[in-house]
Amino acid sequence: MSTKPFRPDVDAPEYKGKYVPYDIIKEGTIAIIVVGLLVVLLATLFGSPDERAITVKAWSNADPIDFATTALGELNGSTVTAKYGAPYNTAAPGQNLGPLRLAQFAGVTIPVNTVRDFVINPLSSLPYDKPLSAALTEWKSASASQQKSWVSNYTAGASKMTWSNGQINVPATNAGPVPELINKLTSMARSGALDQALVTGGGFYTTNYTKPLLFVADGTYLANLAQKQHLLGSQWGMMNETGSYPGQAWLWLYTFWYQVPPFNSSSNADVQVSALMGLLSILLLLLPFIPGLRSIPRKVKVYRLIWREHYSA
Amino acid sequence: MSTAEIERQWTTRLRKRATGHLPPEKLLPDTQPAYVSSWIYVFGVTTLAALMLVILSGIILAIRGPQWWHSSSIGHFVNSTHLWSVEIFFFAMIVHLWGKFFMAAWRGGRSLTWVTGVVTFLASVGTAFTGYVSQTNFDSQWISTQAKDGINATGAGSIFNVLNLGQMLMWHIVLLPLAAVLLTTIHVLMVRVKGVVPPFEEQNGATK
Amino acid sequence: MAYFWSLAALIPLNNYGHYIHWGVIDISLANFIVIVLMIIAFIAALFLPFPGRSRRKESR
Repeated sequence: MSTKPFRPDVDAPEYKGKYVPYDIIKEGTIAIIVVGLLVVLLATLFGSPDERAITVKAWSNADPIDFATTALGELNGSTVTAKYGAPYNTAAPGQNLGPLRLAQFAGVTIPVNTVRDFVINPLSSLPYDKPLSAALTEWKSASASQQKSWVSNYTAGASKMTWSNGQINVPATNAGPVPELINKLTSMARSGALDQALVTGGGFYTTNYTKPLLFVADGTYLANLAQKQHLLGSQWGMMNETGSYPGQAWLWLYTFWYQVPPFNSSSNADVQVSALMGLLSILLLLLPFIPGLRSIPRKVKVYRLIWREHYSA
Repeated sequence: MSTAEIERQWTTRLRKRATGHLPPEKLLPDTQPAYVSSWIYVFGVTTLAALMLVILSGIILAIRGPQWWHSSSIGHFVNSTHLWSVEIFFFAMIVHLWGKFFMAAWRGGRSLTWVTGVVTFLASVGTAFTGYVSQTNFDSQWISTQAKDGINATGAGSIFNVLNLGQMLMWHIVLLPLAAVLLTTIHVLMVRVKGVVPPFEEQNGATK
Repeated sequence: MAYFWSLAALIPLNNYGHYIHWGVIDISLANFIVIVLMIIAFIAALFLPFPGRSRRKESR
């Protein structure tokens, strides 16, 4: 027989008291009926949100300049995706947790080349068009430094970009085929063809929307809509839902850390918050084994309320 | 064939172990200790009931496919029941967790029951998240493009691509529900094996 | 009848939400209500008398 001392936060006393009738099946049935009625009531009263997905077509029609600026960003490497790093490309080392660069370590597993995948390949899929075909040939046969020079000359005038008569106009010289590429990509986007070209890059069937989602997220149109719905990260958006519906309220702690120092000004906030939440989850998981923490329930005595009948017997 | 040979069979040994740990009267008890007398105890069974309704509404949505609910008012209503049963599921599970914490329900060899409960909670958060990004609407566009940064930063994004609808839908309707249901089953069976945790012993308490 | 079969929500919550700002806290009214209800449910579960208490005492 063990003679170990009784540890009140680890061991439970042996219960020698009375037992009362208990109908577990009846209890379960009642629970399902009550919760079922409540669900039907809430669904009938409030429904559920379903804001339509935006399209590249809708975006480029609503704000052609934002679209064309984003497309230029994909060419000159200034968009979020172009500068991302792993798992999409090697443009940046990515976030670090102390000496650990976890994303970089995991590698580029979902390769995205913004010039090729967002601009050149979609344009190459269009039906024959003489000026476009000439522009693509000029681009493809140019050296990397020549391409870079055209793009930077165009970028220099991009702050004066205008939209008129269905054309993107930028005052730029020595921009080579870039004006034609940006213009045709904008027309392609406004027709809806770019939406298809971005998803069908891999063939007939697809269930993967990585490329169109990255492209759309590089613009400001999606974020502006999200801001109106109070969904930005800085608005605790992770917990929120479109409209006035409750969202993932259980993410409150995860969301909270992004709002406070040092995370709200850290360029490594994502990996830091993830690590912190991982640590806190492990603490919750191992609570029964952590001296001090596991004594809290015994010391705060909320259990006296739960078992008041037992203690008053 | 000798009795000894039958006794040595894997099947016989598994059955004896299973019924030894969990005889029918423990699996489906007809009495319980008198101290189990508080509204706090209803949140466990409420969580289970909500989980069943989450699965039921999910099955109905699965019958007609991932985009049915955008164009059908019946589909939208089923989606609404899916949403609200999830809200009740988390609501009840969190109150259940608070209650079990304040009872220190891990006492008396029940620590693994606590651990499986916490893992179930974490798996449920993941299941809900993959559901949010599988909605094929504005919400899923925004949530997935935001969440990718958090997941990519940990390196997990190299295999878990939240922008890949097909992958997220598979996780949401196959892998994670399987894990959540399996974990829940283990959790509930452990409660049945060990019974509900007895009250703390107090100097002048009724427990002896 | 058509209205009945449309199964549309009676009080759809599709309008832009209300938000509560309190220092660093910025929470939607809907989430706030959910969290408050959870706390109320927890406290109510602790304090409300559980039915069948006296009957149970008599039963043994």
